[in-house]
Amino acid sequence: MEKSVILAGFGGQGVILAGKVLAQAGMDHGLEVTWFPSYGPEMRGGTANCTVVLSDEPVASPLADDPTALIAMNLPSLDKFESTVASGGTIVLNSSLIERPVMRADVKVVSIPMNEMAAKVGSALAINMVALGAYIKATEVTPLATVKTAMAQMLEKDGKGKFIPTNEQALEEGYNAA
Amino acid sequence: MGEKILIAGNDAIAEAGIRAGCRSYFGYPITPQNELLEYMSAHMPKAGGAFVQAESEIGAIYMCYGASAAGGRTMTSSSSPGISLKLEGISYLAGCDLPCVIVNVARGGPGLGNIAPAQGDYFQATKGGGHGDYRMVVLAPATIPEATELTMLAFDLADKYWTPVLVLVDGVLGQMMEPVEFCEPVDPTTLPLKPWALTGAQGRPRNIVTSFFLDPHELSEINLKRQDRYRRIEAQEVRYEEFETGDATIVIAAYGTVARIAKTTVKLARNEGIKLGLLRPITLWPFPYAPFRALSNRVKTILTVEMSAGQMVEDVRLAVAERAETPFYGELGGIVPTPRGILREVRKYVSYDAENGQSF
Repeated sequence: MEKSVILAGFGGQGVILAGKVLAQAGMDHGLEVTWFPSYGPEMRGGTANCTVVLSDEPVASPLADDPTALIAMNLPSLDKFESTVASGGTIVLNSSLIERPVMRADVKVVSIPMNEMAAKVGSALAINMVALGAYIKATEVTPLATVKTAMAQMLEKDGKGKFIPTNEQALEEGYNAA
Repeated sequence: MGEKILIAGNDAIAEAGIRAGCRSYFGYPITPQNELLEYMSAHMPKAGGAFVQAESEIGAIYMCYGASAAGGRTMTSSSSPGISLKLEGISYLAGCDLPCVIVNVARGGPGLGNIAPAQGDYFQATKGGGHGDYRMVVLAPATIPEATELTMLAFDLADKYWTPVLVLVDGVLGQMMEPVEFCEPVDPTTLPLKPWALTGAQGRPRNIVTSFFLDPHELSEINLKRQDRYRRIEAQEVRYEEFETGDATIVIAAYGTVARIAKTTVKLARNEGIKLGLLRPITLWPFPYAPFRALSNRVKTILTVEMSAGQMVEDVRLAVAERAETPFYGELGGIVPTPRGILREVRKYVSYDAENGQSF
């Protein structure tokens, strides 16, 4: 079993952190993992993405030319990566910002209004956890509880512990919607 | 071994340096290596060591020169253009037989290039770079756990052979995260003493650390002794990994990031019946000529894949001579080859027997 996911969006939508949380959760779940960010001269409002590979054996390539899943937080991300997703894979997309449907018929699509859902839990910044929650439900790579723990530990370590409850809610919101 | 943690390559290499007993680090910021410097600034003082952000890369390498001459384990890091600046100092370190660990988190070049991953510094790393008859051990990890092990090994090799040692990675390995279990830290006070070090000459004849010898015979003799050490390194320190080469008819030669990507290619190729293997040099100098020579007697093709215009391929061809075909596939400018991209290249050298449905 090897699963790879590209998390892509605007800089500031939190795809880099969501990828880290997923990698940490995968490791805590006993999987081999890699996390690789696009680290070009990105800035808020530009595009950002990272690739997470989760496997039950050591990960060879940290990059995937046909990822088993894509989390697209905005239209440019869907345009760029839609065609790369492996047949039978999953696309989780943010319908708040993406108005067109997925053109592929051979992938599972989870389309949810992430901006509105994040606003509902009280923080626009929690959009990345909404997306991650939906991805976890759709692919079952790790239990949601493991992701919550990983997220909480990472925020705690960065001195952002007060944001844990909101982010937990966001994970649940995404998970339940998928 | 301790707890398993998820850590980025730059951070992991810095931590490995501290665990190896390095107590002085000198550096200057450059992407994609900055986190290494940043980690050192936070953790080296806690380990009781010295962290200095130098005024330049040249300043940093000569601070290493001083720290090494005084007998300490010392380290610097940079990325490609910064390593070019350090080359004069590296030649002086080699000329003074001083141990030092240098890390290159390589990026696209030449010139200022860009900050994307690249392997265009192979010639610079393995064929001198700086002036004079010197060599430098070059270690090329392919994973972050291996990067920590090889960084610790780098300090041991540097001390054992009195030579600078380069750890060569690229932007992918510097930036990506992977779980690591670190080795137990070395206590610097337990390391063997360095009788040549400048520790104050009280009660002993004074030591001199210099690379300056006006008398040709004297300089020749010192050089010959150093060359003897290089021959010992070549005999004892070659490291490489063979993956699925047992029954292979075609083998990829690749190091570092490209080698780990090519491992996925090997799995993909074997799924479609292509007997593909991988030979991964871990030491770029000393280069594993003998394993390539041995392989060339029983495979049809050795395809070298690099993020360069073709540098390591010259060493592969030197080893293989004409015994097997030695094509090359390279990506430039910071483009990283993908598993399927490499597979497409591999297919060019595979013949299909339609009747038996076999490839060879």
